[in-house]
Order: sequence, then structure tokens, then C-alpha cells
Amino acid sequence: MKRLPAVDVLIVGGGWNGLVMAKELATRTALKILVLERGGPRRLRDYADNMDELDYAIRLRMMQAIRDETVTIRHTPRDRALPVRQYGSFLPGTGVGGSGEHWSGIAYRYYPKDFRVLSHLTEKYGASRLPPDHALHDWSVTYEDLEPYYDRTERMMGVSGKAGNLGGQIIEGGNIFEGPRRAEYPTPPMKTPYLAAQFRDAARSLGYHPFPLPAATTSVAYTNPDGISRAGCSFCGYCERYGCMIGAKAQPTNTVVPLLARRKNFELRSNAWVRRIVVEGGRARGVRYVDQEGEEVFQPADLVLLASWTLNNTRLLLLSKIGQPYDPETGKGTLGSNLTHQVSAPAATAFFEKPLNRFMGAGSAGTAIGDFESLNHSQLDFLGGASIYTVCYGFRPMANFGVVPAGVGARWGSDWKKAALHYYDRTGRISLYGEHFAYRANYMDLDPVYRDRHGDPLLRLTIDWRENERRMSAYMTAKAAGIARAMGAVEITPFAGLKHYDATRYQGTHIQGGTILGANYTQSVVNMYLQHWRAANLFVLGASAFPQNPSGNPTLTAVALTYRTADVLVERYLKHPGALA
Amino acid sequence: MRRRHFLTVSASSIGGLLVYTLDRTPGRVQAQAGAIKVPLRFFTEDEALAIASAAARIFPTDDSGPGANEAGVVIYIDRQLASAYGRDHYRYTQAPFAEGGPEQGYQGRETPREIYRAGLKMLGAFHTLAIPEQDRLLKQIEATVFFALLRTHTIEGMFCDPMHGGNLDMIGWQLIGFPGPRMSYLDQVDQYHGLEFRPKPQSLQQIVGRKVRPSEEDL
Repeated sequence: MKRLPAVDVLIVGGGWNGLVMAKELATRTALKILVLERGGPRRLRDYADNMDELDYAIRLRMMQAIRDETVTIRHTPRDRALPVRQYGSFLPGTGVGGSGEHWSGIAYRYYPKDFRVLSHLTEKYGASRLPPDHALHDWSVTYEDLEPYYDRTERMMGVSGKAGNLGGQIIEGGNIFEGPRRAEYPTPPMKTPYLAAQFRDAARSLGYHPFPLPAATTSVAYTNPDGISRAGCSFCGYCERYGCMIGAKAQPTNTVVPLLARRKNFELRSNAWVRRIVVEGGRARGVRYVDQEGEEVFQPADLVLLASWTLNNTRLLLLSKIGQPYDPETGKGTLGSNLTHQVSAPAATAFFEKPLNRFMGAGSAGTAIGDFESLNHSQLDFLGGASIYTVCYGFRPMANFGVVPAGVGARWGSDWKKAALHYYDRTGRISLYGEHFAYRANYMDLDPVYRDRHGDPLLRLTIDWRENERRMSAYMTAKAAGIARAMGAVEITPFAGLKHYDATRYQGTHIQGGTILGANYTQSVVNMYLQHWRAANLFVLGASAFPQNPSGNPTLTAVALTYRTADVLVERYLKHPGALA
Repeated sequence: MRRRHFLTVSASSIGGLLVYTLDRTPGRVQAQAGAIKVPLRFFTEDEALAIASAAARIFPTDDSGPGANEAGVVIYIDRQLASAYGRDHYRYTQAPFAEGGPEQGYQGRETPREIYRAGLKMLGAFHTLAIPEQDRLLKQIEATVFFALLRTHTIEGMFCDPMHGGNLDMIGWQLIGFPGPRMSYLDQVDQYHGLEFRPKPQSLQQIVGRKVRPSEEDL
């Protein structure tokens, strides 16, 4: 196998986490840094003509080619796993920028309690209230540890929003339930489209505390601390599943790639499919990858950072036999444990009398309430919280046409067509993002049957909902329907409820776990700095480190953790390489 | 080599398109005499007529406005099936195939082309049947994979960008008040609350000022 010249730092994956890390190290050190990206290169002008629903939102031009690699899925360890043959519940991006190119840009921080969820729930309700098969962990990183890095991430992206807690001072109009922040959002909130304005007014009338969704789509022209300038959002509605043609939505290609392009100590190789991390004698030596010409090569490096998204981080470590695979029977092993998604559901589909003009908007232009994030669960039959929100993301006609109130029985023909035409622009959705606890039998391992295009085993997901999530979603659905009624909906179709995990219904590309962080190596794969317990020069970045999903979308937290790791690398590790915890 | 097939569309259905106004008044302009021949890439002419008639029962032309025939839905479907999509380029197709649960998604071995081939057998000479019989037949096959796909494709063909062959003259977009891709709603997004904002639809090609290559031309 061809052996390439060594580099100082090798980063696997050119998405948010890999490229932010590359930017920090390339600008703060003289080290030679290489990023290997499995997908193709990207230029900003690629997005000038991508406003096409079929090619981007349905044929999924920005996603990984599922014919080459997918996952298999089943509900319990007793079931037969089958491949996800066409994308459904999540959409992994590919190419430079990764999923950070096609995301919506909703940029939540997590709540202080989320980082110590096990302690928090045990203190408040007693261990006996926890689901018997839970696998909850405290993070070993606190909100206070992460707050400076949240702030840095928000300023880098130019996140728009309104603070609800500035250094302990509660501010109406922001999310009054959030943890204290050191500074106001870098840019003011997005404009409020009609549906989001109705939601805001209705929520207020019910005594809730609505706030504008925090948006990594900057609301006005903004120059970040790195000197990168971007235009404000124009609300064209082509965000989620698209790249932003004017660069208002923060994407790696318009925030960090321009800085990296100027650095001589940085190289990005695209179309580089990493198959193995090579660890020998407790040290990462480099990676084996298939290059653009299809040749398998060995790339040596002193420091290896894995940043290839939740599922591929886990799969690469499993394929490379680094760490002990998790066994749900015995509870032994850590690699692949704590698989979570997010309780994401269209809680109430609401039909209105007036037109909504839903083609206008942005993937992150909306209103949310945090009133159900921190409930008193003493009298409730579930634990955990949810955000209830509406977002005006640019309604797409090919995928969304045909939704009609339950009273219209037909699904085709004249009656259906007439109702569907009438309601097309009069249908709004109140959604929820709820906390997804980790459970002992929700995990990942390698599939024994199905393989990728190189012959490597696919990742197998074993995942299902428990009573806790089902009850939570039922509770939140009732609350969402109440808001829809207060908004003046003439008809409401409530969410039918969570039964089993459904790989066909899109629920957000927010998968967590597999390489979780923690305070000791018996329970976690990486330490609080995302350093692998078994190889001090191997780090694993991204939401694969999250022990469970705390309701919100993971990107901001994942990138904040990456900034924190970058600081500890520059300030401590590079001076004295070795275990950091 | 496949014999060349054309779908013959009467000019009155094509020529009358743009006259459906935004309030859906069917004020049809007198079309020029004659017929327009659209080259087919996948279907034979008889197959195209059968699919077109079935799509027109799913999304009929009626007093609520034009339907699948006027939008050229069958042209959209024909091009999709002829393209990489029809050969299952967008799916993981490695064996073994096995029956899964409903939450595991479509696990079949059949490609979209094969699903249509089987569907065409079920439809037979669908376009020669009287409308009540057509509806009866579709009711019988409502639960099939083919019908679900045909229904999805019919909606897609109604509302796709016209570069994909359907939504002829943006008739579908006009029906629902969708303006197509536009660069900015900065001045409208927080206005028009509760009021229709209905700019005249434009296609992607009109917006960017040059031809855009659709995915069905790629492979």
C-alpha cells in the first residue's frame, strides 16, 4: 500500500466540526494540517442555481450516495435488521461542509440541566422515577464550562436571536428559561413570517413565553470576529436541503473555508474515503483511505481527529477495532452505546381560513416556546422536556401538496384535489423537538450481512421508542393543539403518536451517541475533551459524544465542544502531548 | 434500438394552458389546430396514454381547474423513468432482499421501471375505458406499490420545475399560488399577514437567466 508523506494533524471529515478544528489549528499553530473529505469539493457558486425541489429536496443532491453506503435498522436486538434502502428519518450530507451546508440553521444552546440530566432528575424525582432501562449519563462538561464556547460559536456563525437571560437578568421576549449568556446574540432576530407571528401571539395569550428561533442564518449583514462578512437573509425559503446562494446561512464553506484557503499549512483532499484508523501500541498512526483514483493509500499523522458525523465516527472506530464494542446483554463495552435521535414530530397540523404565503421564509425563521422544557413532573407520567415551535421554512409543493383535513376521505380524485388546492397555502404545522433519553438496548454495532461499496460491514442501528417518549409526545401534542386552536385554526390534525421508531418519516438529522464522553473509561469512549481513552493522540468530534439528546438541535453544542477541544489542544496538549484527563 | 415513440397531445390542451388565471377561471384561448408530438424516452405511446389517463383521474381536470393532462405529468414520469432514478440509482439495492416492517420502508427488489411495468399490466388499455370504469379500476389497485408511486409522481409532475417536463407553463404553480424560486422576499415576509401574496410564477431558468441541467440528464 502506498504510504504518503506524514502530516502533523489529520482530520477525517470536512463538516462543521472538522473544518472549525482545522481553522483553529491552522491559524493558531504552524502545524501541517490535512482534512480528508469523502465527498466532492464545493464552490460558493454551486448554489447559484440550486433552487430546485426535485433535484435537491427529493433526489437529495447534497446527501451521501445511499447506493454506496447506508445503515441497517431494527427495533430490538431480537429483530432482523434490514437496510434503510432510501433515505427517510435522517439525511447525512456529503461533500465539503458536510451536513453543515444543507442544514436549517436552527441554533439552540442546551439548558444547564441537560448537562447533568441524571443528577438533576434523580435529585428532583428520585431514582425510582427513571425508566428502568435508561442509560442516562451526566456529561462531565457543564453549561458553565461550555458557555464561552457557545458564545464563540454564535459569533462565528452570526447567530440571530434575542437573549432571555443575560448574565442572570431575565429578559422578556427572549427564551426566559435559557441558561445565562454572557452577551446578546450577535445579530437581531429574523423577521417574523405570518404563521410564526400567529404562533407568537397565541402562545402569549395562553401565558407562555414565545421567543424567535435562534438562527445561524444571519438576519442582517454581519462581519464575524474572523473578519468574514456575510449578507443578511432574504427569506427565499431555500435553506434546508439546499446550500444558501447568498451566504446568509452559516455554512462551513462561507465561514471557515475562506480562511483556510489562505493558509499554506492547510490542505483539503476531497473524494477521500477513509476505511480505517490505524492504532498501534496505544497511538493513532494515521488512516487508510481510498483516494480519488480508487487506490487505497496510507496517510500517517501525529494527531488524528475523527469528525465524520455521528454514525461514521462510530462505524470507523468499530471497523478499526479501537475500543470495546458495546454489548447490550452484559452492558460491557462502550463503543456504539447511547444511540439517540430526537422526539421530533409534527404535533399539530392546523388548517386556517386565511392564506399563509408559506413559500416565504427561512429554515430557521420561526417562533418557539421553552415553557415545556423544565416541567414539574411530579404529577406527570413522563420525564424530560420539549420545545414547541413553528418554523416558516419555505414550504415545498412537490413534497407537501395533498394534505387535507381528516373529514376529506379521498386521497385522489376531484374531491381530494379541490380540498388540497384550497388548503395548500392554509396549512401550518406546530412541531415539537423533545428530549430523547438513552436506553440500554438502543445502540449501534456492525451489521453481519450487509456491506458498503468497498465491502465493509454497514452500521446497524437498534433503536425504538419507550413509554416515556410516547407519553411525552402525547402530552406535547395536546399542548400544541391548544396553541393551534388559539391561533384560530379551523381544523386540527393532531400527531397520531409515537409507536415504533419509523425509519421512513423525516425526523431531523440529529443522531447522537456511539462515542460518548464521560468521566471514566468504563462508561465512555472519550474524555471531557473528546480525547479517546485508549489513544491519547486520537480525538472524536461531533454529536457522537453526546450521552443523550436533550431536546434541542445538536449543531451549536457540537461545534462549541470542538472549540473547547481546540483550545485545550493549543494550550495544553501540543505543549505536552498525553492524556488530558 | 428502441423504436421511437411519441405522445401526441392535442394542441388544445397544450395551447390552452396559460389562460387559467390566478383565480382559476378557466378562460381557454383557442389553440392552433393540429397536434404536438412529444418524443417519449421510456413509455410506448399506448403506455403513455394509459399512464396519462390514470394520472388524470388522480389529479383530474375539473371545475377546480386544470389537472395532470394540462401539466404534462406523463412527460415528467416518462423522463424520470428513463433516467438514473428509473434504474434505482437513488436506493441501496444490495441483496439479500427481505420483507420488512412498515417502519423499515420499501424493501422490494423492483426498480421504479419494474414497478411501472407491473402497473401497466394492471392498467391494460386504461385510456380506452369510460371514466367510471377507470375509477373503479384505480380503487381496486389503490393499495399497490405502483399506485402509491403513481400518485406521488402525479403530484411531483404537477408541481416540479418545468425543466423536468411537468408543470407545463407553470400551470401547477399557478393553481396553488406558488411563485417558484425567487431571490428575495425580504420586503414581503413580514407583510401580507393573512393576505395572499401571489407574484407571477417564474421557473428556475427564468430566475438565473440560463439553462440549468436537471438530474435526469446526468446519467
